[in-house]
Formats: sequence, structure tokens, C-alpha cells
Amino acid sequence: MNADRAVLDKDERIELLRQMVRIRRFEEHCVQLYSAGSIRGFLHLYIGEEAVAAGVLAAIGPGDAVVSTYREHGHALVRGLSMDALLAEMYGRATGCSRGHGGSMHLFDARRRFYGGNAIVGGGLPVAVGLALADEMRKRPIVTVCLFGDGAVAEGEFHECLNLAALWRLPVLFACENNQYAMGTALAREHAATDLALRAASYGMPAWPVDGMDVLAVVGAAQRAVETIRGGGGPCFLELRTYRFRAHSLYDADRYRDKAEIGQWVERDPIPSLFAELCASGELRTDDLGRMEADVDREIEAAVATAESAPFESIGDLTRYVYTERS
Amino acid sequence: MITYRDAMREALREALTRDERVFLMGEDVGAYGGCFGVSRGLLDEFGPHRIRDTPLSESAFVGAGIGAALGGLRPVVEIMTINFSLLALDQILNNAATLRHMSGGQFSVPLVIRMATGAGRQLAAQHSHSLEAFYAHIPGLRVVSVATVADARGVLWPALQDPDPVLIFEPAALYNTEAELPANIGTTHIDRAIVRRVGTAVTAVAYGGTVRVAEAAADALAAEGIDAEVIDLRTLRPLDEATLLESVSRTHRLVVVDEGWRSVGIAAEIAARVAENAYYELDAPIQRVCTVEVPIPYAKHMEEAALPQTADVLAAVHRVVR
Ligand SMILES: Cc1ncc(C[n+]2csc(CCOP(=O)(O)OP(=O)(O)O)c2C)c(N)n1
Repeated sequence: MNADRAVLDKDERIELLRQMVRIRRFEEHCVQLYSAGSIRGFLHLYIGEEAVAAGVLAAIGPGDAVVSTYREHGHALVRGLSMDALLAEMYGRATGCSRGHGGSMHLFDARRRFYGGNAIVGGGLPVAVGLALADEMRKRPIVTVCLFGDGAVAEGEFHECLNLAALWRLPVLFACENNQYAMGTALAREHAATDLALRAASYGMPAWPVDGMDVLAVVGAAQRAVETIRGGGGPCFLELRTYRFRAHSLYDADRYRDKAEIGQWVERDPIPSLFAELCASGELRTDDLGRMEADVDREIEAAVATAESAPFESIGDLTRYVYTERS
Repeated sequence: MITYRDAMREALREALTRDERVFLMGEDVGAYGGCFGVSRGLLDEFGPHRIRDTPLSESAFVGAGIGAALGGLRPVVEIMTINFSLLALDQILNNAATLRHMSGGQFSVPLVIRMATGAGRQLAAQHSHSLEAFYAHIPGLRVVSVATVADARGVLWPALQDPDPVLIFEPAALYNTEAELPANIGTTHIDRAIVRRVGTAVTAVAYGGTVRVAEAAADALAAEGIDAEVIDLRTLRPLDEATLLESVSRTHRLVVVDEGWRSVGIAAEIAARVAENAYYELDAPIQRVCTVEVPIPYAKHMEEAALPQTADVLAAVHRVVR
């Protein structure tokens, strides 16, 4: 699997580390805000899966499109949505990236071509196919990255979309975050054939598994896939093998998996792994991680302060944005 | 005291015990214990053969429920929430609801589908809608909305006895509510509305999550000396018109409280039935209190503004009672 590991320069690798640290610290902070009642709704944490967002989205440019899920804080942050915009959204403020209408599960940013934020499992796949169809028909060299979980692979829409994308050779990167569970259901209890890449390949597209705990492996695989797609090769599928260290959401008592299993994956935590590598090569020193975390913490604190002082949308505007405003 | 959630679990346990043809299937109903905790413990008690975890394949497992019912079983299919049931709408409408008629009466589909519905938990549009009207629109289905702990305990068995597909809607905001259950709970009628509170000045019709809104309004009205009758529709299809018309014929005023949207919804249907059949009994225009016509927003103040609140019911009653 690791033949694909990207060769990146020092700054690029440090940036990957920084992105992963941002996601991790942001979400750890969100847990506190949730307990304090400052943010509500569902909170789906990405902790453990950071290498997927950091790695896959490092392989595309600003003109490309991203379709995301409800477990999307990491995707949004790497895509360049500010912590201010995210936190204000989770606080339900008018300055949030979806004006407080969406919350944690529905982050959107048109300028960054970030098309949500979809809380229907599998619901983003047809949208991604359509975005790619538009690019293909208008001959734009754009890639649409579609992120979704292993659970979505069981939905009919997954199969319909892979078939359509392959049939029409559409420029989509299907990035499956196989974190081994769909809510409380383990991979082998939701899929008769658990080799997801193999199943995608049966639709006639390049598809392969990637070590989703190794961010350089993720970047390498994503770069290869994006190159294929931009070259007119049609869609690609990556099965990013990863793990969520926390429960499905903050409502989940997490009774369906044992501590030993979690521990085995935590040993492969992508953040300390990359950090150790950078230290071993002399590119970072042991106290650099702490400094990086402190920087991120300052970014978070500023975002919290901004969100807390941000205005709420006026109730008079409740019915805005249902239809397009006409002048 | 027992919670709505536990009452529903008791009902499932009873059904699984009484009839070996009954089984439960759905997403995370087994190992996880049900996304709302309704089936917690049932996997240990009845085993994976009868408490079946399904993949995220709403269309497939609802359709499989239809097939299993045709095959002689009595499936209870749980769909996590009404929002996700739309992925199975094709199976529910094009198969479950129509097979009997299309086959000239040869096949019936004794299937029960349960799902959570409604808003109030700041989960935003894709997890908060009340789409019962979609299902109440479909001939061939029986559609039941469960507003109380007692009905949560009593609805499942009669639903399983029904030879046709029965959809049971459970407002998610009610799972934690508690009540005392009488020793003999009796049967929940799945073809009859129920008068939750007797009154003479105005009829407030509600179902599911809005029953408690109507009741709270009735309490406040009582303090003002206005005696409101509260009807829980309970079955949205077929509608119990008789109870409705009888009440309006006594109170001469009607307010409908519906968590669905106003346009083309259940409140519209109730209003039309009363206008068609009891027009001359009315002393004031019919009032509808519904969810504002927006996808439900996340922010708390916006969500509350979108949903029918007690104050909205009071205002509606004040418009018709002088
Ligand atoms: C169509 C649909 N069915 C069920 C759900 C409830 N649900 C939300 S997330 C989830 C698990 C999804 O698992 P997976 O696709 O593997 O993504 P992960 O949460 O692991 O990132 C379920 C069952 C939903 N949101 N949409």
C-alpha cells in the first residue's frame, strides 16, 4: 500500500502536520463547548481520521470541488473555511458559514467550492456526479472530490453513482473514509464483501486501498488519482482505511467495540506518527509540536470569542433563503 | 413511571414473545440498541435471528420487509427517522401500499414500519422534518402517530394484527417523556381519534408532537376561562372524521395544530373535511397553526420560530373565540 507515499518537501510535510493538529484541537475544543451547551445538535468528531482530510484535499487546487458529509469539520478546515466561520455556524450565528441554518452537519462555502455538509448517508454522491458532469460537458479540467463513509457503500445510491460516473467517464474522486464502522455496525456486519476497493473496481474504475493513518500515503494516492482523472481517465476510487477514535456522535455510548481495538488504532495515530518522522529526519524538534498546538489554540480562542459576540439572525429573516430572492 | 422509549420497547418485547413470526429489523437496532435506545437489550434476549441489524440500505430492507410479510412473517421494520424513509418511499408506495390492489386482492402486506419524526433537537433540516402528510396521502397504508406513553405501549400489537401495512410515527422529542401506565393498558385504537381533553369553546386538533402543544394551550386557556377540547387524531389515514365532526358540532370552532408545513398538509385536510361536512356548524373561520414554510433551521431561536408554539395556538384560539 505504501508504494504510493508522496515525496514532499519539508514545508509541505509540516503543513500537513499543522492541518491535522488544527482539526484535532478544534474538535477537542468543540467537545467542551458542547458540554457547556454553547453548541448543540449532533456533533460528529473526526478525531483519528485527520490524515484523510489533510491528505486528500492537499492533492487538489482551489478550483476543484468538494462534496462532504456530516462528519466534516476536518474537510472544511483543510478546504480553507475559517475557524471563525465554522464556530459561528455551530453557535447558530448569522456570521456562520451557513448563517446558522445548517449547524455542524451542514457547512457550506460557495467561494471555496465546498458543497456541504450532507446528513443523509450517501446523499452527496449524486451531487458529486452532477458537478463532475457539468465540468465534463463544459470541458473544464476540474476534479470533484466526494467524501463519504463505508456505511454509504451499502446505499443503492453508491452503486448507481459509481456506475454512472464510470459509464460517462466523469472526473470524480470517490474518497471512501473506511473508518470500520457505520454508527454501531462494524464493517463485516454491514458488508458481505468487505474489500470496498474491489467492489468499486467492478464498476470499471481504478480503485485501491490506502493506509488512511499515514498522511503521506494518502497524499500520494490522492495525487495519483487526481492525475488520472485530470488526464481524462474517468473516476477513481480510494478506500482510505482509517478509524474514528471517538464515538459516532456525542449521543453514542460506544458500547459496540472494545477498548483494545481502539487502542490498536490509536497507536497508529497519524499526528504523532508524522511528527516522529519529522523529528527523526531532524526537520522538527521535540518542542515544535507544543508550539504548533499553542498557535492553534490561539486561533481557536479567537474564533470562540468572535462567535460568542456574533449576532443572531433576525427571526424576521426566517423565511429568507427558501427561494432565490428576486429583485 | 415509564418512558415513551421503554414503553415502546415493552411493546416490542411483548410482540416478539407472543408471536414467533414477529421480528425486528433496521439500522443499528441490535448491537447499538437502536439509535434512540428503543431496542436496547432485545438482541441479547431474542438473538440476531429476530433482532436484525441491517446495512444502510433503506430501500432494500424495507422492501425485504414487504417480501417477508408476503412470505408469512410479521416484520417490524425500523427506519431511524422519517428523513431517511424517503430512500424507501418507492418500496412503501409502489409495493407495500399497492400490491393488494394491483393483485386484485390476492396479496396483502402485513408489515409494520416504525420511524421517528419531528424537530426540536437542533438537528437542522435533514433530520427535523415532519413528513407524515407524505404517507397519509397514500391509499393502502394505515398511518398512526403516537403522542403518548400509553399509546407507545399499546400501538404495536394492534398494528401487527392489521392485515395491511401500518406506519407508526414516533416523535423523537417524546422518547424521554414519562408517564404512569395503568395496570391494564387496554388497546390503542389505530382507527380512532381520541379526545384528550373535553371542552366546549373550541376544538383543537393535533397529532404526535403537537398534542402536548395543544394541551399546554388548553391549560393556559382554562386559566382564562376558555374551555378547549383537544383531539389527538392518532390515525392520520384513514381519518376518523366522525370524532372530528362531532366535536366541531359542539364547539363550533376549529384550530388545527400541525408540525407539518401548512401547504397541502394534514391541517389542510382536516380543515377541508370540516368545511365539507360541518360548514354550517362553524361560528368562525378555521385556523391552522403549522410549521413555517422553511426547511427547519439549526439555530435554536430560528428553530423555535419555525415550529408551532403554545403561544401560536393561543393566538389562533383568541382569533376565533370572543
Ligand atoms: C440515509 C440515512 N440513513 C441513516 C442515517 C443515520 N446515520 C447517520 S451517520 C450513520 C453512519 C454512517 O456511517 P459511514 O457512512 O460509515 O460514515 P461515518 O459516520 O463512519 O463517517 C447513520 C446510520 C442517515 N443520516 N441517513
